[in-house]
Amino acid sequence: MKRAARYIIFYAALFGLWTLLAELKIWPPYLFPTPWGVGEALYAGFQDHTYGIAIRVSMQRVLIGYSISVVLGMILGLGVASSKFLEETMGGLLVSLQSLPSICWWPLALLWFGLNQNAILFVVIMGSLLSVTLAMEDGRKQMPKIFSQAGRNLGAKGFKLFWYVLLPASLPFIVSGLKQGWAFAWRSLITAEMLYLSLGLGQVLMMGRDLNDMSSVIAVMILIIAIGYVVDGVVFKGMERHLQNKWGLTPAT
Amino acid sequence: MSTNVQKFPSQFPIPAGPNFDPRFPAHSGSPSGKLGPLSVSRPAPAVSPGIAKVGLSEICLSYRTQSGERLLALDHINLQVHAGEFVCVVGPSGCGKSTLLHLIAGLHPQTSGQILIDGKPVQGPGTDRIMIFQEHALFPWLTVGQNVEFGMKMKGIAKAEREEKTRYYLKLVHLAKFEKSYIHQLSGGMRQRVAIARALATEPDVLLMDEPFAALDAQTRDLLHDELERIWSETGRTIIFVTHNVREAVRLGDRVVLLTFRPGRVKSEFPVELPRPRHLEDPTVARAAREILDELRDEINRSLEAEYNEGVKPHVKTGVEA
Repeated sequence: MKRAARYIIFYAALFGLWTLLAELKIWPPYLFPTPWGVGEALYAGFQDHTYGIAIRVSMQRVLIGYSISVVLGMILGLGVASSKFLEETMGGLLVSLQSLPSICWWPLALLWFGLNQNAILFVVIMGSLLSVTLAMEDGRKQMPKIFSQAGRNLGAKGFKLFWYVLLPASLPFIVSGLKQGWAFAWRSLITAEMLYLSLGLGQVLMMGRDLNDMSSVIAVMILIIAIGYVVDGVVFKGMERHLQNKWGLTPAT
Repeated sequence: MSTNVQKFPSQFPIPAGPNFDPRFPAHSGSPSGKLGPLSVSRPAPAVSPGIAKVGLSEICLSYRTQSGERLLALDHINLQVHAGEFVCVVGPSGCGKSTLLHLIAGLHPQTSGQILIDGKPVQGPGTDRIMIFQEHALFPWLTVGQNVEFGMKMKGIAKAEREEKTRYYLKLVHLAKFEKSYIHQLSGGMRQRVAIARALATEPDVLLMDEPFAALDAQTRDLLHDELERIWSETGRTIIFVTHNVREAVRLGDRVVLLTFRPGRVKSEFPVELPRPRHLEDPTVARAAREILDELRDEINRSLEAEYNEGVKPHVKTGVEA
């Protein structure tokens, strides 16, 4: 309860400060809207289905892109972790590629795929693939060796060994990497959508700018933050809690 | 390879009778009544005359250390284990006794020599030989029941049969109530009983036990000795049991095989002909253990010397318990 009280106090103060600054009219209202203005923009956006459609389109894209990265990343990571050759060659490349902002793939994606959905997916995949790959590689290495020995001993091999032993055994070690991969995927998507106008939250955000509508710009920003936060808090926190219960790990603080 | 064979004459008269088998003590009671009917096979050891269940001939294992030198870990190991026999392997830390089990399990290839199961060479892991590790080898992402079921699932056995056998083997180790628990909710002794049930559920001919009770407290270990002996006599499996505890080896084994320190060689073999059930505190067990320990002393000294002089990392376990 104390925690809830702190939250309420903090956000009430933030809200109060915002209202105060807006009411003082230091900046013109079309550049610094009131909280009510933003609230109205949110309501209107949902009312005419703009936001609903944008959220659906963006979520669809990020889910497809992220799923592809998870599958590819796990295969790649497992490969790098289990082959000395791949580790020495590709391992270094992967780490260096991580310093490249994912949006730098955008020009390349445009030339390869043209101005369409595939180019966006490509950027999303490139944004999150490396995190997942490195996490899987690390997880596979951190995973106690005895699990794979016991699994092989009990007759698991090939895909069965991967699916029933290696993957679940390394899950606690890769969940934070999966989470990071999700965050990168989401950011890459919004960035790409801002550059390529076709529905999606990124486009709605840019539309606000084009119409000089600061309230709707802030409203969409709030939506983007909220979705990222909810997925993190519900999906990944839930997954972590589930793993903690099974494995008997103490909750990370 | 000179191998001494010494015998411990039984202190007690062995009751004569046509059906007497010292492995089936009269007072241990019939388990079938308690466990209910089930079509789980309890193989009477399939004895092909002349062919050992597990035959090791001239097993060598060498590997390269980080500094690049070649280290011989196992040196021409010869060992024959008969069907239904309980063989204990003892030796100081670093003698390669655990490694030997990994080779038999097919988890690692030997450098030279041959491992035969029923006369057929081992090629990789097989569910006819199941390993029970010291600890932490149960899958924490599965429940107790799912752990026991695992090997059967890999074999592709139908769900109904798996469930039936899982219940049977959990009952055998007195853990029927814990089928739905997760591993971290169990005590160390319970975990090792789950490991035994998981191993038995694939119905292996050979159980390979790698210091399975070393991490347990004395009372729990005592209980598990009794339980293992009972399960062994009920199921007729062949057991190769590795330990650094000589008294445990005498308590459990039909035969104790002593390995030397680095490289591991078979130093001597001691048939243990004490009547069962035995107890860790029996004077006869203590006396037999004392004799083996005398033989072992040189090896322990060599291992300690190596540890002090070579700066072996401190986490390596030392010595042998009497």
